[in-house]
Amino acid sequence: MADVTFTVDGTRITAPAGTLLIEACKSAGIEIPAFCYYPGLSLQAACRMCVVRIEKMPKLQTACTTPVAEGMVVQTETPEIAQARKATLQLLLGNHPLDCPVCDAGGECELQDMTFKYGAADSFYAEPKNHREEQQWSPVVFFDRPRCILCYRCVRMCGEGMDVFALGIQNRGASSVIAPNVPAVQSPDDLAHVDCEQCGMCIDACPVGALTSGTYRYKTRPWEMNHVATVCTHCGDGCKTTLGVRSTSDGSEIVRGDNRDKSGMNGDFLCNKGRYAFDFANSPDRITTPLVRQPDGTLKPVSWEAALDHAGKKLRELRDTRGGKSIGVVGSNRLTNEEAYLLQKFARSVLQTNNIDHHRTADYVAFAQALSDHPGRTASQLDTTTAKAVMIIGGDPTNENPLTAWNLRSDVRLNAARLHIVNHQQIKLTRQAKSFLQISDLSYGALAAFLAGDDSAVDGLVHPAADAAAFHTFRDTVRAEESLLVLIGNELRGEDLKRLLNFGVTLPNRKFALLSDYVNSRGAADMGLLPDMLPGYTPATSTNSFGETAIPMAAGLDMLEIFDAAAKGDLSALYVVGANPVLRYDIDPATLKNTFIVVQEMFLTETAAIADVVLPAANLYEKSGSVTNSFGDLQQVSKAGDRSGVRSDFEMIVRIADKMGANIKALVPFGKGTYADMGQTRGAQSGEADRHAVWLTANHLEPRTSPFDANAILDEIQRLVPGYDKMLRLQLLSGNAQHLEPAAQPSNATRRDLVLPSNDKLFTSGTLGRFSPMLEDLQVNDARLAAQKLVQIDNQAAAD
Amino acid sequence: MSEVANTIFSPELAARFDKLVTIYPLKRSALVPMLLYAQDEVGYISDAVVTEIAQRIGIYELDVRNVLSYYSMLRTRPAGKYNVQVCTNISCMLRGGYELLDHCKKQLGIGHKEVTPDGLFSLEEVECIGACCWAPAAQVNYDFHDNLTPGKMDEVFAMYREGRGKDVK
Ligand code: SF4
Ligand code: SF4
Ligand code: SF4
Ligand code: FES
Ligand code: FES
Repeated sequence: MADVTFTVDGTRITAPAGTLLIEACKSAGIEIPAFCYYPGLSLQAACRMCVVRIEKMPKLQTACTTPVAEGMVVQTETPEIAQARKATLQLLLGNHPLDCPVCDAGGECELQDMTFKYGAADSFYAEPKNHREEQQWSPVVFFDRPRCILCYRCVRMCGEGMDVFALGIQNRGASSVIAPNVPAVQSPDDLAHVDCEQCGMCIDACPVGALTSGTYRYKTRPWEMNHVATVCTHCGDGCKTTLGVRSTSDGSEIVRGDNRDKSGMNGDFLCNKGRYAFDFANSPDRITTPLVRQPDGTLKPVSWEAALDHAGKKLRELRDTRGGKSIGVVGSNRLTNEEAYLLQKFARSVLQTNNIDHHRTADYVAFAQALSDHPGRTASQLDTTTAKAVMIIGGDPTNENPLTAWNLRSDVRLNAARLHIVNHQQIKLTRQAKSFLQISDLSYGALAAFLAGDDSAVDGLVHPAADAAAFHTFRDTVRAEESLLVLIGNELRGEDLKRLLNFGVTLPNRKFALLSDYVNSRGAADMGLLPDMLPGYTPATSTNSFGETAIPMAAGLDMLEIFDAAAKGDLSALYVVGANPVLRYDIDPATLKNTFIVVQEMFLTETAAIADVVLPAANLYEKSGSVTNSFGDLQQVSKAGDRSGVRSDFEMIVRIADKMGANIKALVPFGKGTYADMGQTRGAQSGEADRHAVWLTANHLEPRTSPFDANAILDEIQRLVPGYDKMLRLQLLSGNAQHLEPAAQPSNATRRDLVLPSNDKLFTSGTLGRFSPMLEDLQVNDARLAAQKLVQIDNQAAAD
Repeated sequence: MSEVANTIFSPELAARFDKLVTIYPLKRSALVPMLLYAQDEVGYISDAVVTEIAQRIGIYELDVRNVLSYYSMLRTRPAGKYNVQVCTNISCMLRGGYELLDHCKKQLGIGHKEVTPDGLFSLEEVECIGACCWAPAAQVNYDFHDNLTPGKMDEVFAMYREGRGKDVK
């Protein structure tokens, strides 16, 4: 829209016509107070805090609903306005309990700030205050009615933002009250509840302490915490979260998860896992001392030195006697990129094996191979906020990738984006969809073929509710879109996925993303936690070295083959870093009887329980490094929590390598002169130049001084891993996300499909979920509500 | 045939509702009339009424309750067979509305929004019922009685007790 120019407090401001005055002022650095206004939600104009004086208008006007106009002259702070705001505050404080000293919001409360600013400390209301007891609406949502200022933010957030509509407003006038969707009269326990997605967005939006969080309430004061911005450790969406931490006698405890700086790809959003499920880190079940299996068969706590020594010596002995080929390595989707890279480097160079894998939740190899030669075709999470049209094939973003779903809902609401969905279930996002076609869960391959132009494939798609014409119409509709963001669930893999992508890149303005389940599923694949792929999807069969490192030139055993080898008695050792394959792949522990097992874990999982050495590991909230989300957006993680007794996986890998007698400087290029540097004196071609040192110098980077410095490996990743060479350090260190495109060599080789969806939904999260008391409570709560069948948030058609 | 299987409403009302949801640009505009008609038939807005109306309009039960709780004329508990609504707004107040209300309370032995044990009468203090010219006024179900005095009110009660009153819903 055309720009208009107007004057606010004597300053001339220009903004696009149609901009709300409150937003235009914010952009110009002029703050107008607001309780009910919330960017991105519908306008309410309920609170009257934002009143300003606009020349030629009879009364004070609400800046939150007034669009700017050419020549407008506005005053935002005059005695008249201050008096009006003060009067508003006095009314709000009329029945406000002013229990700020014990209120969770104390110190972070918009009402407190405004009262402080406008000095509405005195009140003309002498009536006694009307007290109401606090209510618990769910394990995570608490409501303290007298503190509520009836701004309706929570109602709109839940309805418009979450598309859940679990909160309403009831009664009228002074007795108005925010009401949850399970009324007390219908509840078996005679208490009101919310039957909802438990995201806590309502709590986040509440300007006061009326809605409080089950994990955080009455725990601490905001100013007693330190705040660390990092990335959520749960799904593959890559939300930025700010963890509030506090010292304890044995480290640093995480007491709150929120997104106070709102600078991440998630903007305001966090789902319930990002917001509450940090509590696994504080679990009393965590292992905090190394354990070693004794001759009598029991696991006994030992010193770090003893445990590492035992693990290192034994691994070395087995490698030397039975060969690297007899060793298997299982990595994790929740390691940092640096750790994943280091782990595969350690496996390939020190253990001398390509038998390395991780729990794959999407086929990133096929994705990378199909798109690498087509720059600009991989989508970033940010694209979900602006795309004009989106096709979602498979997946269930609402439950599995909540941020993606949030962004898509916002995109539909704010930008009128068009959603086209094909799925084997009627996923919740179909409520926002322009078109939806249901297919059988076995016909995704046929769908890929059909979308790619194979008309005969439609036979595999039709069913009584959708005939061939419906599929043709759907295809015509998405093809007619000028630009299209294509989000693909894990249902499409291998050849089918490639077929769709190969066709997709022939059309202009198509971008693709493959959704996966864990925080660093993508990073694990990018970093080469795969038996046949080195970092950056370099085939393991194509080379006997990666950078300066000599590696075996052959594809290793994949996850299932590793355990098959164990069953045959061919697996001498298994090194598991942050994974629980015994449970995930239903491995019979007896088959691992004669395998020496080292496990780095937070908890005594089924895999850890049968290990010979268990090393207590730090989690993603307790270390620094980087992770890559499903979309390929790289972000930095920072250490927030701390637990005495645990070590980062990075450190443990390095120390085991050391105990094995490996050359640590070759494993982690730290310090100056990693290799004998004869090149500099005799000309670069003739000698063994220290390529890492040369690269560091060329990139103005300091040599890292510690072998535990993950940045030393990040330097190597940037230097050697295709795709990651484009990484911008400043972006990373500033806490900004940057999209990286994969750079794989195209290949037509057929690979075995080992994708195993985690099936985590809103209230589960792999091992972490099992040790998160809050997620457990939410599961119980959800089961109870489902049994009562009071409100069916999933099955209802969107209201008009 | 009703659009809703197993409707809790009479066939006539169900048919009326089937039509009602089609005549507004937004379906949910039918909500308030539906609540009123349902209340007339069922006597109050029961949970079952909330459920069926939500289903008919395609909105959440919470949405129905939000609106329902806004209007004091919609009730969620049964009233008496004869719901006595005494006005105490300005004109009636000036002409003895409060005395009339107090009299009713005493005669019926119940308070505001209460029902007599035999279920015959319920009492409500209401805002202006548009009969100010003949204040003080009271409304029994949909029937008006004006220019009232405590004595006249007793006659009104007697009339209904003896089944001579209009039973307009
Ligand atoms: S927790 Fe989320 S889904 Fe539940 S009421 Fe609050 S905003 Fe709605
Ligand atoms: S609970 Fe909070 S967000 Fe909701 S209306 Fe009250 S003050 Fe506003
Ligand atoms: S959407 Fe995913 S990344 Fe974001 S908070 Fe939830 S689990 Fe974490
Ligand atoms: S912010 Fe404008 S009226 Fe509330
Ligand atoms: S004031 Fe009682 S009828 Fe109008």
